[in-house]
Amino acid sequence: MRGFVRFVVILGLVAGAAGLWLTRPVHITDTDIAGLTGDPAAGEAVFWAAGCASCHSADDAEGADRLILSGGQAFPSEFGTFRAPNISSDATHGIGDWTLAQFLTALQNGISPEGQHYYPAFPYTAYRLAERQDLADLYAFMQTLPASDTPSEPHDVGFPFSIRRAVGAWNALHLRDDFAVEDDLSAEAERGRYLAEALAHCGECHTPRNALGGLDLANWLGGAPDPSGRGTIPNVTPGAIGWSEGEIAAYLNDGFTPDFDVAGGHMRSVILNMAELTEADRAAIAAYLLSVPDMP
Amino acid sequence: MTLTRILIASALTGALALAATAQESNPAVDARQGQFQVMALNIGVLGNMARGNTDYDAETAQAAANNLLAVSQIDQRFHWPVGTDNASIEGTRALPAIWEEGSRVIEIWGEFGAGAEGLAAVAGDGLDAMRAALGPVGAACGSCHDDYRAPAN
Ligand code: HEC
Ligand code: HEC
Ligand code: HEC
Repeated sequence: MRGFVRFVVILGLVAGAAGLWLTRPVHITDTDIAGLTGDPAAGEAVFWAAGCASCHSADDAEGADRLILSGGQAFPSEFGTFRAPNISSDATHGIGDWTLAQFLTALQNGISPEGQHYYPAFPYTAYRLAERQDLADLYAFMQTLPASDTPSEPHDVGFPFSIRRAVGAWNALHLRDDFAVEDDLSAEAERGRYLAEALAHCGECHTPRNALGGLDLANWLGGAPDPSGRGTIPNVTPGAIGWSEGEIAAYLNDGFTPDFDVAGGHMRSVILNMAELTEADRAAIAAYLLSVPDMP
Repeated sequence: MTLTRILIASALTGALALAATAQESNPAVDARQGQFQVMALNIGVLGNMARGNTDYDAETAQAAANNLLAVSQIDQRFHWPVGTDNASIEGTRALPAIWEEGSRVIEIWGEFGAGAEGLAAVAGDGLDAMRAALGPVGAACGSCHDDYRAPAN
C-alpha cells in the first residue's frame, strides 16, 4: 500500500513536471539569432501583410494614423474582452526598448519579456510560421514609426482565463509549425500561402474554432460565426466564393466584390492592408485561396 | 365543404401566414436596400472601367457618376426608422450602432455625397481622373460598412 501511494505521488510529480515543462515559456535568445539584422525598407511590406495596424492602431484610424500603434482596440471573445496594447516605438508605453530577441519571442512564441504568456487574441500562432528575417525587417521598420505615450489598457477577462499560465497548456495543444494547407502548390500559391497563413492570418477569422478556442484545421477557411455575435464570417474556400483569381485579387485591392458590393466589418481593414502590397502578392494570395480544399 | 377541402384550405392559410413571417417585408428596409443596389450598379459601371474590365467611355462614366450624385441627394430620413436594426427585425444587416449615441452614419453619408460630387465633376475627363475620384467614394462605402453593416448570415 505504501508502495502504491508512493508510486501515485511520483506519477503525479512526473506528470506535473511534464506539464510544467510543456507549458514553460520558451525564449528566443540573442545567440539563437546571432547575425540577424533587419532592413526597415523591406519591413514595411511585412508590416502591411501581417496586419499589425488593424489591431494596434486606434479604432477607425485611416491613412497615416494607421502607423500610430497606440493600441486600445477591444476584441470581444467567449473568454472576455482583450485590448491591444501600445506597441509604438515609445520606450515607456510601447516596445521601443525591446531587443530583437524579445520581439521575436513575443511574435513567435507568445511570451513577454517578463516570461508571461500572451493570449492568442494576439495571432502569434500565425506569426510563428514567419521567416525570422521578415520579422527582423518588420521590427526595424516599426522602430521608424511614431512614438505614442498612450498607456495600454487592461484586458477584461474572467477567471480561469485571467491566469496567463493556462495559456501555456493551450499553446501545448494548439501551437503548430506547419502550414494548414499541406498540398502541393504552384510556386505562386506557395508564396500566397506564406502571406495568407504566416502573415495575414486569414484563418484567424475565416476558420471555425473548437471548444477551447483553437482553430479547427479540418474546416480551414470554411467560415465562422462573427465574434460580435451576429452574422457569419464567410466561407472563402473556392467553391463557396465562386470568384476568379482576378476577382479575388481585385477585391483585396479595392474592396469591391464582383457585383460591386463593398467589403465591410473587419475585412475592410484587412483590405486597407492588402492594398499596400504589390499586385503580384495579391495575385499570389488569390492563387492560394483557389488552392485551398473546398469546405461545404 | 369536404374534409379534404378544409385541410387544403387550412394548409394554404398556414403556408401564407408562414410566408408572411418569413418575409417580414418592411418598406423602409426595402427602400434603403434598393437604394444601395442602385449605388452598386452604378459603381459597377465605373469600377469595371477602373479595373480595366471594360473600356472607358466618357459619356457612360458621366451618366453613372450623375446617378450616384443623385442618390446621395435623396433625403435619408424615411429610410431608417427606429427599430429596423438587425437585432430587432429579420431581413436587414443594419447594425444597432447606426441609431446609437455617437453614430457617424450621417457624417459618412455626407462623405459619400462629397465623393460623388467630386466624381461627377471629373468622370467624363478621362480614365485616370475618373479612377482617382472613384477612390474617395469607395472609401465612404467601405467605412460605413465597416462599422454599421453586419456580415451576411
Ligand atoms: C488580431 C489582433 C492583433 C494583430 C493582427 C496583432 N496583434 Fe499584437 N497584440 C494583440 C493583443 C490582443 C495583444 C495583447 C496580448 C496579451 O496581453 O496577452 C497583443 C500584444 C502584442 C505585443 C506585446 C506587447 C506588450 O506590451 O507586451 C506585441 C509586441 C505585439 N502585439 C506586436 C504585434 C505585431 C508586430 C503585429 C503584426 C505583425 C501584431 N502585434 C498584430 C492583438 C493583435
Ligand atoms: C452611411 C452608410 C453607408 C454608406 C455610405 C454606404 N452603405 Fe451600403 N449599406 C449600408 C447599410 C447599413 C446596409 C445594410 C442595409 C440593410 O440591410 O438594411 C448597406 C447595404 C448595402 C448593400 C446590400 C443591399 C441589399 O440588397 O441588402 C449594397 C450592395 C451596398 N450597401 C453597396 C454600397 C455601395 C456601393 C456604397 C458606396 C457607393 C455604399 N453601399 C455606401 C450602409 C452604407
Ligand atoms: C479580422 C478578421 C478577418 C481577417 C483577418 C480576414 N478576413 Fe476576410 N472577411 C472577414 C469578414 C468579416 C468578411 C465579410 C465582409 C463583409 O461583411 O462585407 C470577410 C470577407 C472576405 C471575402 C469575401 C467573401 C464573400 O463571399 O463576400 C474574401 C474573399 C475574404 N474575406 C478573404 C480573406 C483573405 C484572403 C484574408 C487574408 C489575407 C482574409 N479574408 C482575412 C473577416 C476577416
